[in-house]
Amino acid sequence: MSKFAYYPGCTLEQLAQEYDESARLVGKFLGLEFTELPDWSCCGATPSHHKNYLLSLALAARNLILTEEQGLDLVAPCPACSNRFKTAHHDLISDFDLLKKLRQKFDLNYRGEIGIFSLLEVISNLPFDLIREKIVRPLDRLRVVPYYGCFLVRPPEVTQFDDPENPTSLDNLMELIGAQVVPSEYKTECCGGVLGITNNQVISKLSGDILETAQKAGAQAIVVACPLCHQNLDLKQDVARSGRNLKPMPVFYFTQLMGLAFGINPKDLGIPKHTVNPMRLTNSLIGVRS
Amino acid sequence: MRIGLFVCHCGNNIASTVDVKKVVQAGLKLPYVVFATDVDYVCSAPSQKNIEEAIQEKNLNRVVIAACSPHVHEETFRRVLKRAGLNPYLLQVANIREQCSWIHDNVIFATIKAIDLVKMAVAKVSHHEPLVAPKVGVEKRALVIGGGIAGIQAALDIAEGNIPVTLVEREPTIGGAMAKLDKAFPTLDCAACILTPKMAEVNQHENIELMVYSEIEDVKGYVGNFEVKIRKKASYVDYEKCVGCGICEQKCPSKASSKFNLGRGDGKAIYISFPQAVPKVATISPKHCIYFQRQKCRVCEKLCPADAVDFKMQDEIVTERFGAIVTATGYSLFDYSQYGEYGGGRYPDVMSGLQYERFLSPTGPSKGEIKRPSDGKKPETIVFVACVGSRDEAKGRPYCSAVCCMYTAKQAILTKEHLPESQIYVFYIDIRATGKLYEEFVRRAQEEYGVQYVRGRVSKIYTDNGKLKVRGADTLLGEPVEVDADLVVLATGFGASKGASTLAKKLGISHDSYGFFTESHPKLKPVETNTRGVFLAGACQSPKDIPATVAQASGVASKVLGALSKDQIETSPLVAAVDARRCIGCFQCLGVCPYKAIEEVALNNGAKIAEIIPTLCQGCGLCVATCNPGVISLNGFTDNQLISEVEAIVKG
Repeated sequence: MSKFAYYPGCTLEQLAQEYDESARLVGKFLGLEFTELPDWSCCGATPSHHKNYLLSLALAARNLILTEEQGLDLVAPCPACSNRFKTAHHDLISDFDLLKKLRQKFDLNYRGEIGIFSLLEVISNLPFDLIREKIVRPLDRLRVVPYYGCFLVRPPEVTQFDDPENPTSLDNLMELIGAQVVPSEYKTECCGGVLGITNNQVISKLSGDILETAQKAGAQAIVVACPLCHQNLDLKQDVARSGRNLKPMPVFYFTQLMGLAFGINPKDLGIPKHTVNPMRLTNSLIGVRS
Repeated sequence: MRIGLFVCHCGNNIASTVDVKKVVQAGLKLPYVVFATDVDYVCSAPSQKNIEEAIQEKNLNRVVIAACSPHVHEETFRRVLKRAGLNPYLLQVANIREQCSWIHDNVIFATIKAIDLVKMAVAKVSHHEPLVAPKVGVEKRALVIGGGIAGIQAALDIAEGNIPVTLVEREPTIGGAMAKLDKAFPTLDCAACILTPKMAEVNQHENIELMVYSEIEDVKGYVGNFEVKIRKKASYVDYEKCVGCGICEQKCPSKASSKFNLGRGDGKAIYISFPQAVPKVATISPKHCIYFQRQKCRVCEKLCPADAVDFKMQDEIVTERFGAIVTATGYSLFDYSQYGEYGGGRYPDVMSGLQYERFLSPTGPSKGEIKRPSDGKKPETIVFVACVGSRDEAKGRPYCSAVCCMYTAKQAILTKEHLPESQIYVFYIDIRATGKLYEEFVRRAQEEYGVQYVRGRVSKIYTDNGKLKVRGADTLLGEPVEVDADLVVLATGFGASKGASTLAKKLGISHDSYGFFTESHPKLKPVETNTRGVFLAGACQSPKDIPATVAQASGVASKVLGALSKDQIETSPLVAAVDARRCIGCFQCLGVCPYKAIEEVALNNGAKIAEIIPTLCQGCGLCVATCNPGVISLNGFTDNQLISEVEAIVKG
């Protein structure tokens, strides 16, 4: 159970390198053995599943079959990837004709015998005592809003993880590392997703609402488990904040905050890479004067 | 053996697809058939007379009727045989209408099939033996389970027919869900004002014995002769002595939430459900009682002027005999905390329709003032959400709960009367207002009271700045809408009553996948069950409003009075029978019998064998199929009879 095939996906190689770095580090701390899936390819996300359903299944299935050959379960830190994989798994194992089509058209033979997890799922499934004993620096001065986004927990019949309307796994992890969780009604609202790349209006409304409610509720930061959410809330925060009287608000990956609590250097967790400067808050959390 | 065959044209129903004359000709060639004829309508009075005469003139001793399904007229023809002096079970009906003419269009093939069906019937009837319907004595007392409006109405109507009734209710008071209502649609009459006189009548009626705070423990027996064990739960207050003064409740130092107010508002460990409770007696809830939890207090015991508190009281089980049983166990509300998108029960200002009804009621937690539970403020904007736990397959409730559209309109109107300045929205899918004066009532809510009806489902409710944001779609405008509300009322649908399936098992009746009890026939036997002598009234059968419930309860009373009017009841002889000499006593049959119609009996030599209770057996045949040594047979469907049917067609 502690050995996984690790699927970084395109975002963790580019946009979300700090998620990749912190995920691998925290994984190692928690005794999780992540072996990068050899010869991995696109998970089948947005463009293909919008245009060609079978192609999106085939793209996902290729990686699932590679994982099956490894004899491991799959962990994908990016929820877009894990959601694609879970969707493909769900659709393929419930429709024999689809499996047959995939075999005939793409010569892909999926048996459906692996477990597929998002990173948050893997870590929040660990015994909490195991995590607790790694904590050397509880983040007890941090007031944070956990933001789950849309497809980490939805649709429930596909993701099979946490409550689709009121998920709490991230809340629990944050409380575990000492942070004060600020409740937000927007924890599963859409941040704008891929539309963030092309449509500023959408970000301004959707991500803006998420930031505004978090700030009004007294949070210092938002914690996420998704590179796309991070992009819209951090990289594009000036767009999201535009027209609203809001202060800049750092956005962390949950692995970064866990890493801080485990005593890992912020630089090794890629924290300085963020667009909205998180260093003042980070330093205050770990007791370093800036 | 002399068999007579009568083939029916049924107007064109049969004759247009089956060549009836050919069937008659073929029938005449069959063994033992001494007479065959075709008839226009075999069920008509003259035709019945003709059959009677044929039986006597041709000296027939078996009859085959080839006509419609035996479900329709088998009983009619049995009576014909009886009138002609034959045993009524020496009859076989060949169904050449529903199973032949109606479903085929080729005359040649349909005729061949009809002939085959007649061959089978002739072969089977030649193995028929005369059967005699057993008769049983009748205990002329009725049991009504459930003291809501259905049980109250049924009990009163039965009692008026001079049959003693025992009314069993699991709560400390009768009245059920209706007692919790403020007003009733569509006339807006005070629910308590029309219900409490009936409750009082139940309490005083010489033919009604009231057993509150009691539950059915076990049911044995059969129509006319049920033996029922009833558990009188320990209330820790002697109901005989309690005068209902309420001093105990006033002085009780404990805190509990009020069950009668569905968890909204404060209650005490010792409580009288509501001012008009019947019987008006106090009951102690040990879970909340300080004495039961910490062995200290006993304030109520000291203060009770009637010396009625008894902390040593134990559950008591009484056994009584009844001739008929009415189940009127009502419903339970859908648990709206299953809707995570509506807060999953986390928001105090989101409540169920029945909880809101308690806020409207003068006996409720706010004495009839509408207040937000969170801060006690008067709400300005109130949103009603229809179909919560109804018509929602994702929640496993695809059915319509039948009353929510109406009670939502009622509550919207009542809210407007309490708070004329308030703004009210109702989110709905469709308006189902099919009763008398119902549509007009909903119209009044919209037109006279200015309630805003928005057609669309609410997708999410969340809190923001002390307001409830209600997000949904207006599907008529095709636009998303968001309402800032102070209070949200969810029109929660009906589910089966808690414990319904356990009770169904005890009674040997069936229920659907949602837990509602199944009637014997959806149209023609709506109050009967498949277990004779057990009847249904009210929402335990399906979601119903008060008028429909009362109508069904009165219907059930007439059925009970009918069943108990005879000194003896004739039961069907088409039941299973065990060959006592060959039974090995494995009792596999005991486990499969859905009607508890099989019992263990000891023979003189000490061996134990299975025996069928013919009055209880419904002739389903499960035991016959289960019996390993094959010693159980079903009267009217014996192996010989069935095999002869098969042989008749395979031999050609």
